[in-house]
Amino acid sequence: MKVNDWDKLVSGVKAGDVRSLSRMITRVENRADGWKKAMQQLYSGTGRAKVVGITGSPGAGKSTLVNALASELSKRGKTVGIIAVDPSSPFSGGALLGDRLRMAEVAVNPDIFIRSMATRGALGGLCQGARDVARILDAFGKDIVLIETVGVGQDEIEVVKTADCVLVVCVPGQGDGIQALKAGIMEIADIYVVNKADRPGADEVVADIEGMLSIADQGKLDTAPVVKTSAATGEGVESLCNTLFERLVHARNKEQWLDKRVREEILSLVETQIMESLLCAWQESGALNKMVEAVLNKKADPYSLVDALLPDLSKEALNRQTAKATKTIIGPENS
Amino acid sequence: MTDNAKIRVLIAKPGLDGHERGARVIAYGLRDAGFEVIYTGLRQTPAQIASAAVQEDVDVIGLSILSGAHLALTKQLKEQLAARKGEDILLIVGGIIPENDIDTLKQMGVAGVFTAGTPVSQVADFIRQNLQKAA
Repeated sequence: MKVNDWDKLVSGVKAGDVRSLSRMITRVENRADGWKKAMQQLYSGTGRAKVVGITGSPGAGKSTLVNALASELSKRGKTVGIIAVDPSSPFSGGALLGDRLRMAEVAVNPDIFIRSMATRGALGGLCQGARDVARILDAFGKDIVLIETVGVGQDEIEVVKTADCVLVVCVPGQGDGIQALKAGIMEIADIYVVNKADRPGADEVVADIEGMLSIADQGKLDTAPVVKTSAATGEGVESLCNTLFERLVHARNKEQWLDKRVREEILSLVETQIMESLLCAWQESGALNKMVEAVLNKKADPYSLVDALLPDLSKEALNRQTAKATKTIIGPENS
Repeated sequence: MTDNAKIRVLIAKPGLDGHERGARVIAYGLRDAGFEVIYTGLRQTPAQIASAAVQEDVDVIGLSILSGAHLALTKQLKEQLAARKGEDILLIVGGIIPENDIDTLKQMGVAGVFTAGTPVSQVADFIRQNLQKAA
């Protein structure tokens, strides 16, 4: 991709052109040449949008809730970007992205932009991919970005580190699921949503969550609220929206959290970059094949290969290089 | 395209017929061919389809039509796409299409027409070849 193509896309995004927006997302998602430069150009115009993560088990009604929430936000004069993530096949690399199916109501609303993303395996990192897209939507001028994750698992905790506020969607009948929530998602939920609340058992789920929170959050002033919704009918969505605004104002936007988020992002970008560069070089040179063969033939073991093959990762070497780089970017320490 | 690029396809069912199986078979088959398939479900208006295609930045739109309204629906979709700067997106149509209408559809800018019973692999190959030509 040519440099001036990127320039055109970046200025298109800043000017609010939808076609430029969607094309830029594709290029950045594909990590096309020049993507980091383009993100640099956008970065200064970002930081205004609020990012809301929506997670929960498959079939909990996340997409339907996102549809209802986006519709309500739009009624209140907010522009909304939606990122809906579904899994890629580990076999074919393909994906069936079906979240949009539940979002027909807001699909032609000019204030709402929906983008489906596939997880695309570990490389390239879903978390960073979704984070980049959220940032592009921010630069485009969206007030609120909703990120709908794939069904619950460790990945979702990752993606949700990008969000200013996290909704965890539960449904009646997942009694045992509460146990799982305690272990994993407990720490990242800012609001619990009990969806499909028109079904029997909803009040029990609310009681379960509140009971759990009363133990976990003892002494804390800031306990996550629990809101009942029935996204398909729209019941409770208004009240969820109110709760969301309250939480966006005072929860999590503390310096400590921002610090953590930037830290995460730098590390995650560095990690992917190192992994991609190594893979690219090793695949081109055939080194990776040779290593695999050596291990299979019992001529080497994976453990000794690690130290032998990696570039100089000693503390001294790394610090020397980092010191040089930070000096260029930030300037001498005492200035 | 770079190594990381994936072919993105929108499978859409415009109009009022409710026969979804064909569209699902195609969506599933293209997924297994390594494409990223966005499926938007039944009874989509041409405006909804065009809007989805542009927002998702798909390389291909596949319309599944069994209602007999393929000419009118395709024409409307082309107009909606043009209004959103999406006229460059490869368009294919599948379903029950009479022999006589195939040429008319192609004159309207449809790249390929696939009647019922076409193997999915043939559709996947057609898409790959046509996108290479365009690149």
